[in-house]
Amino acid sequence: MRSEQSRGAILREAASKRILLLDGAMGTAVQDRDLDEAAFRGERFADHPSDLQGNNDLLTLTRPDVVLDIHRAYLDAGADILETNTFNSTTISQADYGTGAYAWELNHRAAILARQAVTEAEARTPHKPRFVAGVLGPTSKTASISPDVNDPAYREVSFDDLRLSYGEAADGLLDGGADVLMVETIFDTLNAKAALFAIDEVFERRGEVVPVMISGTITDRSGRTLSGQTGEAFWNSVRHARPFAIGLNCALGAAELRQYVAELSVVADCLVSAHPNAGLPNAFGEYDESPETMAVQIREWAQAGLVNIVGGCCGTTPDHIRALAEAIQGVPPRSVPEFPPSLRLAGLEPFEVQI
Amino acid sequence: MTQQTALFVNIGERTNVTGSARFKKLILEGDYDTALAVARDQVENGCQILDVNMDEGMLDAVVAMTRFLNLVSSEPDICRIPIMVDSSDWTVIEAGLKCLQGKAIANSISMKEGEADFLEKAKLARRYGAAVVVMAFDEAGQADTVERKVEICTRAYRLLVDKANFPAEDIIFDPNIFAIATGIPEHDDYGRAFIEATRQIRATLPYAQISGGLSNVSFSFRGNEPVRQAIHSVFLYHAIAAGMTMGIVNAGRLPVYDDIPDDLRNRIEDAVLNRRPDAGERLLEVAEQFRDPAEVVQSDPEWRKGDVTSRLVHALVHGITDHVVEDTEEARLAMDRPLDVIEGPLMDGMSVVGDLFGSGRMFLPQVVKSARVMKRAVAHLEPFMDAEQEGGVRKAAGRIVMATVKGDVHDIGKNIVGVVLRCNDYEVIDLGVMVPGAQILDRAEAEGADMIGLSGLITPSLREMSRVAAEMQRRGMTQPLLIGGATTSKLHTAVKIAPERDGSVTHVLDASRAVGVVRALLSPRTRDTFIDEVRAEQEKLRLAARGRNDRTNRLTMGEARRNALKLDWSGPAPVAPSFIGAKRFLDWDIGELESRIDWRPFFQTWELAGRYPELLDDPIVGEAARQLHIDALAMLARLKQDPRVRPAAVVGFWPAEAVGDDIQLFVDSDRTETLTRIHTLRQQRRHSQADRPNLALADFIAPAGSAPDHLGCFAVTAGPGIDEIAAEYEADGDDYGSIMAKALGDRLAEALAEHLHERVRREFWGYAADEELSNDDLIAERYRGIRPAPGYPACPDHTEKQTIFSILDAEAAIGMQLTESCAMQPASSVSGLYFAHPEARYFGLGRIGPDQLADYARRKDWSAEEAANWLASNLDADAEEESSAGGDAQVSGRAA
Repeated sequence: MRSEQSRGAILREAASKRILLLDGAMGTAVQDRDLDEAAFRGERFADHPSDLQGNNDLLTLTRPDVVLDIHRAYLDAGADILETNTFNSTTISQADYGTGAYAWELNHRAAILARQAVTEAEARTPHKPRFVAGVLGPTSKTASISPDVNDPAYREVSFDDLRLSYGEAADGLLDGGADVLMVETIFDTLNAKAALFAIDEVFERRGEVVPVMISGTITDRSGRTLSGQTGEAFWNSVRHARPFAIGLNCALGAAELRQYVAELSVVADCLVSAHPNAGLPNAFGEYDESPETMAVQIREWAQAGLVNIVGGCCGTTPDHIRALAEAIQGVPPRSVPEFPPSLRLAGLEPFEVQI
Repeated sequence: MTQQTALFVNIGERTNVTGSARFKKLILEGDYDTALAVARDQVENGCQILDVNMDEGMLDAVVAMTRFLNLVSSEPDICRIPIMVDSSDWTVIEAGLKCLQGKAIANSISMKEGEADFLEKAKLARRYGAAVVVMAFDEAGQADTVERKVEICTRAYRLLVDKANFPAEDIIFDPNIFAIATGIPEHDDYGRAFIEATRQIRATLPYAQISGGLSNVSFSFRGNEPVRQAIHSVFLYHAIAAGMTMGIVNAGRLPVYDDIPDDLRNRIEDAVLNRRPDAGERLLEVAEQFRDPAEVVQSDPEWRKGDVTSRLVHALVHGITDHVVEDTEEARLAMDRPLDVIEGPLMDGMSVVGDLFGSGRMFLPQVVKSARVMKRAVAHLEPFMDAEQEGGVRKAAGRIVMATVKGDVHDIGKNIVGVVLRCNDYEVIDLGVMVPGAQILDRAEAEGADMIGLSGLITPSLREMSRVAAEMQRRGMTQPLLIGGATTSKLHTAVKIAPERDGSVTHVLDASRAVGVVRALLSPRTRDTFIDEVRAEQEKLRLAARGRNDRTNRLTMGEARRNALKLDWSGPAPVAPSFIGAKRFLDWDIGELESRIDWRPFFQTWELAGRYPELLDDPIVGEAARQLHIDALAMLARLKQDPRVRPAAVVGFWPAEAVGDDIQLFVDSDRTETLTRIHTLRQQRRHSQADRPNLALADFIAPAGSAPDHLGCFAVTAGPGIDEIAAEYEADGDDYGSIMAKALGDRLAEALAEHLHERVRREFWGYAADEELSNDDLIAERYRGIRPAPGYPACPDHTEKQTIFSILDAEAAIGMQLTESCAMQPASSVSGLYFAHPEARYFGLGRIGPDQLADYARRKDWSAEEAANWLASNLDADAEEESSAGGDAQVSGRAA
């Protein structure tokens, strides 16, 4: 029995007592450091044929100090769960930079870095366990939407491509010591289903199981994912993975996201997570909702019993996470409802066959 | 939110190359566009799951399945429903599942190749996030007997649930539907075997569903569509009763079970249920004569050939009045006493009606028609019973006194409940409308009523119901009290009415629930349990209501006002109406109004829910809905001919300016002499989106000094003739006609409100002179400006109607009056305000705080108590918030 399994039990225990706090954005924090092309390349990729600036995940290998610093800042701010710097660390997404061959290593190293930060923090405050969530991002391609308007049946990526790519990433994350796997920023549920398929295969092969978090993205105020599903249809479509938590992140700020989180909160019989952006982008494309404003809203969610896990996505900073930590202090977590079993299907919309 | 189905899920079967020659041809020819149209037709015609099958020797099924499902995924109006990936080849199923983001169904897997193979496929299906259809098939072959079907399904279930950790609710068994009446004796039991296996599986394997492909069963009759469809209908009827929950079926073509000619149905039933050895031959004997569907229709008066009892029962069940008097007379002559006719054939027939209604096979309009037949028959017998002085000998199952409470005039729902209860052998003493509480209770005491029912539609009636409950307590009356009507709710009943007395108080949601509640309350066996359950539920609701008193989500009055909607009035001055003051408009053409009727609420009145006109083709209620629609059009034609039906309207416009949350009206354009003030209320809830304003209707009117603005008022009625005509039908024992006339009166008043609003926009006010909208656009409110009505969510204060009626002089102009609760008379009437600003929109006020309540009382010159009374529904910690979801118009807030 590996330690992850007992850490899973500790995580479940912690979640039953309080609202858990995810960290905030990695990208914003990296941008603040004004790293140039040379910094992204480091010695190792000095001769790489294409540009690498903007490939934030590569910093895991070339500037681990930067990644570690950001992790430490979020832990200091009060985060319980660190997200690994692996949003784009799949072969499919890294292919854009010609670095697909490093996917396993990116995931492996990123998990180790996060683990290191967590171990340091736990040494200072042993009573408070922290956790590493290994992030599996959406990839840069969609499995159920055609990029070619003239051929709606065309697909840029297949289910099996995604399954293999996600499987490799999940393996790397688990090898590096991730406590949780988190499929996040899902805008095409078919991509997520391929990730969940791969995770189940990896679990079977390794003979170990860790908690799985799933977080979708409502792309605009239509209340649907990019691939057109409603929140409840999305839930019905991923529920087979028996996730530890289902939730929403990105695209919207807390104000816009609330109703969709509330919808999931009603239908989901597992924990509910939410990590919104710091508001909607302003005229300059920046996210500028203040920590205070965001904290007031998240506190209201917590008091309304909507959430078990909260955190921040694009534009959020350690200050946001610190404000959230205060905001949820002492507010009990959402209690998970129980429903009688029934056949719950979905297309773009949910469909329940009552027993 | 969740779409739910209670009875039976139709799986579309036309996108299956093995079942549809047309679809096969399209796929083989590569015409995927037309193939997609086939799928779209299925969804539009109401299929709830789409079955896709590409198993054809000439096709690469993996390629065809992938291409077709990728195309389906690009069509939101198809892929909104779940897909069933259907193939006998597992690799094709996998290819399909790899294309679908939703939760699909894999159809099918089985133990044909042994347990290991079965479990491996089940594991993969779960990994893909799909439910599975499991065929009753094992190493030894397909199951054809009850025992084998149950044995295989049980074994599969245990393997899946216990060994593979597969969710039981994601298992759908297909216990194999095989052809019957083939001439081979071994096949005779196939229908019964499926049905009986279904029953046992449902009883012993929890949460699993049962499905099947229907067309196999009638395979022997291919070429004879009417008989095939009749077999499908009969088979489904029994299979659904046994627990079949879904099926691959062409629902649009199924005849209604009860409409299949009796002889044919009996013979089919014999074959389906294997009730006699010669069933197949006997079905073949008659099958030919049904080949042409036109003949089926003409063979209708077959029922006239039965004996008198069966004729009376038939007439009651089908609501046919044509021969009821002659049949009743024949029965009377044949029996000892007239009472025997009632207690014999008539009660038999009504009990069939009660059973069919209770089991969802008859619908409200049909029941009310049956009641009409019953009344005719009883009316014929009454003089003979009087002659024998045996009236009153019969003891009904219970006696119920019902009334619409003081101040309220709406009684359609109450009348329907009365009819349904009478159909179930209860004696109903209906005291009518606007009945004072004391009179209701006096009568109940005098008659020794077993129960009292109170009804009301407008919010002030809720208070009156509480008063009646308190008075029952004071008088020491212990009968159960029933509460019903559009604004009533379980929650309001629990919080506001039930605590007023020790005796039981039960909320009755609609007519179809009424019988169950009354029966439970009158049976000594169930009474106490039922009362305890209702009490326990009400206690829970009261606790929950207390918990909801959440002030943190409410702004103060000052904060709400600071977050008012601030419209920009600096542009061109608002359009002025073509006249100032009130004008009366008579002589409306009913034909013109008919085209503007919004039919959906009409069908809701009759408890037939669904979209119009799709409802008319609904596989379950379509038949009842079509007949109701035909009867409604006939009634409209009758109303058109009646000179007493005179719809009338009065409209007024006045110069207006917003003063805080009030609207000040002036007598004329000088704006020197004031006319009156309209008072509006402001939302106080804290919006989750910071940029959403806290609205009051006054926000849509220009404030003093900004721009010369106007406000409109209107009152319309279908006229007093409707109530007179309804009363005539009632006196004639025709509740169906009476309820129909009233329901259509309401529709006409609302159509007039719609039509008048259009003329206001285009002519009388003229701010949208070139608007061109269809009736659907109108119903969807795709026009500029709004017409909110007092008593609805945007302005819940009913007393504003007093102001509107007074400045329009509605009584003198068109004979409209208000009761003390501000209900309008005649009942089929609408009144409200017109706002012209393009930003004006309907909204719900929601709950208000004590600060606004006090402020509003001051503006209305009310005592605090009066204010709390009239606005009870919008006060915190109060139960009535949920009740505002009543009628259709209340949802939109539109004065319909």
